[in-house]
Amino acid sequence: MSYNPFNPTRRQLLQGTAALAAAGFAGLRPGFAAGVDWKRFAGTTLDVNLVKSPRSDTILKYLAEFEELTGIKVNAEATPEQQQRQKTVIELSSGKPSFDVVHLSYHVQKRQFEKGGWLADISGYLADPSLTDPGLVESDFAEAGMLFAKDGQGVLRSLPFSVDYWILYWNKELFEAKGIKYPETFEQLVAAAEALTDPSSNTFGFVARGLKNANTPVWTSLMLGYDMTPLDTAGKLRTTSPEAIAAASLYQRLMTKTAPPGVTGFNWAEAQSAFLQGKIGMWLDGVGFAPPMENPEKSRVVGKVGYGVMPKGPKAHASGTFGDGIGVTAASEKKEAAYLFCQWAVSPAMGARLLQAGAGVPFRKSVLEDPKVREGVTMPASWLDAVVGSGNVSRLALPVIIPVTEFRDIYGVALTNMIAGADPADELKKATEQFQPVLDRSEQG
Amino acid sequence: MSAITPERTGVTTQTIEGGQPVRLAPNYWPFVVPALVVVGAVIVFPWAFTLWMSVNRWTLGQSRSFAGMENYLRLASDARFWESLWHTLTYTFLSVAAPMLFGTVAALIFDAKFPLRGLLRGVFVMPMMATPVAVALVWTMMFHPQLGVLNYLLSLVGIPSQEWIFNANTVIPSLVAVETWQWTPLVMLIVLGGLASVPREPFESAEIDGANVWQQFRYLTLPMIAPFLMIAVIIRSIDALKSFDIIYAMTQGGPGTASETINIYLYNTAFSYYDIGYGSAMAVVFFIVIVALSFILLMLRQRSQWIDQEGK
Repeated sequence: MSYNPFNPTRRQLLQGTAALAAAGFAGLRPGFAAGVDWKRFAGTTLDVNLVKSPRSDTILKYLAEFEELTGIKVNAEATPEQQQRQKTVIELSSGKPSFDVVHLSYHVQKRQFEKGGWLADISGYLADPSLTDPGLVESDFAEAGMLFAKDGQGVLRSLPFSVDYWILYWNKELFEAKGIKYPETFEQLVAAAEALTDPSSNTFGFVARGLKNANTPVWTSLMLGYDMTPLDTAGKLRTTSPEAIAAASLYQRLMTKTAPPGVTGFNWAEAQSAFLQGKIGMWLDGVGFAPPMENPEKSRVVGKVGYGVMPKGPKAHASGTFGDGIGVTAASEKKEAAYLFCQWAVSPAMGARLLQAGAGVPFRKSVLEDPKVREGVTMPASWLDAVVGSGNVSRLALPVIIPVTEFRDIYGVALTNMIAGADPADELKKATEQFQPVLDRSEQG
Repeated sequence: MSAITPERTGVTTQTIEGGQPVRLAPNYWPFVVPALVVVGAVIVFPWAFTLWMSVNRWTLGQSRSFAGMENYLRLASDARFWESLWHTLTYTFLSVAAPMLFGTVAALIFDAKFPLRGLLRGVFVMPMMATPVAVALVWTMMFHPQLGVLNYLLSLVGIPSQEWIFNANTVIPSLVAVETWQWTPLVMLIVLGGLASVPREPFESAEIDGANVWQQFRYLTLPMIAPFLMIAVIIRSIDALKSFDIIYAMTQGGPGTASETINIYLYNTAFSYYDIGYGSAMAVVFFIVIVALSFILLMLRQRSQWIDQEGK
């Protein structure tokens, strides 16, 4: 007999209720190991600082489950990204933060948190079977996640929570109308974008972020296709290298010849709005922006969107990777209880919820590979394929330095100037001259 | 001020007010202390602390060290700072001039008597009541090159699409348009108050002498409402100089740095780059600029005051 969870039979309902009641009596929760003494810190109160996002919304939605599981009371606060970053940095640098658990954007804050010594070493907790689920092992996280979570000395400072791969959203209807296939290489990407562009019908082949700061990851993601990163392993800037210039030229070509007018002022929201109208061929951005595509109330392209892994560059195939993690503050006096919270937040159950709701992509491979979890994903299969495919070619897209925001701002202005017609090599040279002293100052003191 | 007799209080301080000596007794000082504490805590201390931070090399998360005048010297050679100062002055000038012009015209119109005047006045002042961030979000959508209503309206009359806030050349005028839309009613209300206080007799006399409408406005109305106009200029200048919310919500200083005012640059420096020392130096210099502008405006206000025939 087939089973429909939204329309169970009387017998199925009774069976389900009995199973849940039995689990409740046994004190078990699905996905949480019995070997861990979850109640060890019952009665403790934790303060948790989160970034407001669909990911933190998921945490907040299921918070009661953690409180019931552990007996720990949680005071959680979720503030918008910019404000949360400011608040956490100011509080952490004071030495007495008001929170025990902090949610951080790795691609912006990793080095800053390391240099400040703001996160506790949780390596010992991970090795402690009374504190850690046996399934929580380093090898279960995507490589990028562990790169983010460990400091320069290889010490684990946080648990990777959610990853954001950059993918290419493409309008299948527009592609079909022109008889074009999904681009496999940068060359094909440009050719497709140009073929799809028809300003007379207000149709454009490509869109991406053009707004200063927001646009820099677009350029660095393209740069990865030239097998180049903005800094080498010794921390030396490579932003005037031929590969960096080639990536900037590609960005300029796409944004000036195939993108809609006014793209210099586009952040992801404007680019997404444009794509949702059905007049844009391709949009390069994070995988987490997918849910509105399939929402008939917000989108004119429901069922017409393809989700593709970033095309191959001339020298490498790479998907720009960003992510956030969750860690215990070094100043916290309740580190072990705080660690339990972090562990719960990155648990398979929470990862499955993130993925199935399209709210985010967990770093844990066991979640992505679990057929039952995959069955429950509400997004199209091609989205999940793009997620898994991107994970296979994942590379960090932004340099791990303290002044990430200045890096994004300074090179962002250069990229904006390129959209206005400036020469990429000249702009990158000027930007590098401007950024080098900022970078030098950042590691002093 | 009422006299305080030396016999009762024991005089320690003397100041001059209206040419008369004023004496303050020591047992009255405790009454001044709460005010001094408040002023010290909310004005003097923050400023002293800002000055102190401005002479330090201090980035959050890193150790602090004394930098002397280094931050100020950095400012002198920071092209982005000078560019943002220029944007601030341009934005302020336009955001004062346009509402002043339109607000004065609107006040002259609403000063006349016509049907539904009260209702229309009410409608006219409504933008002023809106929250700046909400205004910014609505206008951002209206300015959208593909989806915005403004380009649609332009297309109806055959004018090509514009990029508004999405183009470096048109971003400041577009932002000023929003500022003008929101704050013209304030100028209108101030000027309307001035017009209500203008006596009618000089106009009757001018009409008898054959003055036309323009001459009456130029030589009677304008001089008589000048003090009100100056008040409106001062309020608008202060508002425009410290404008942050609309610019930040609409462009974040972009495209590139085309609409980055000092407030935005200062905010980024202090709270995005966490460079507290440099941000403080910028705040100090901006404060000096504001004081200089205020001084000029106050001088102009003095000159715009009505004077009687004895010159008092």
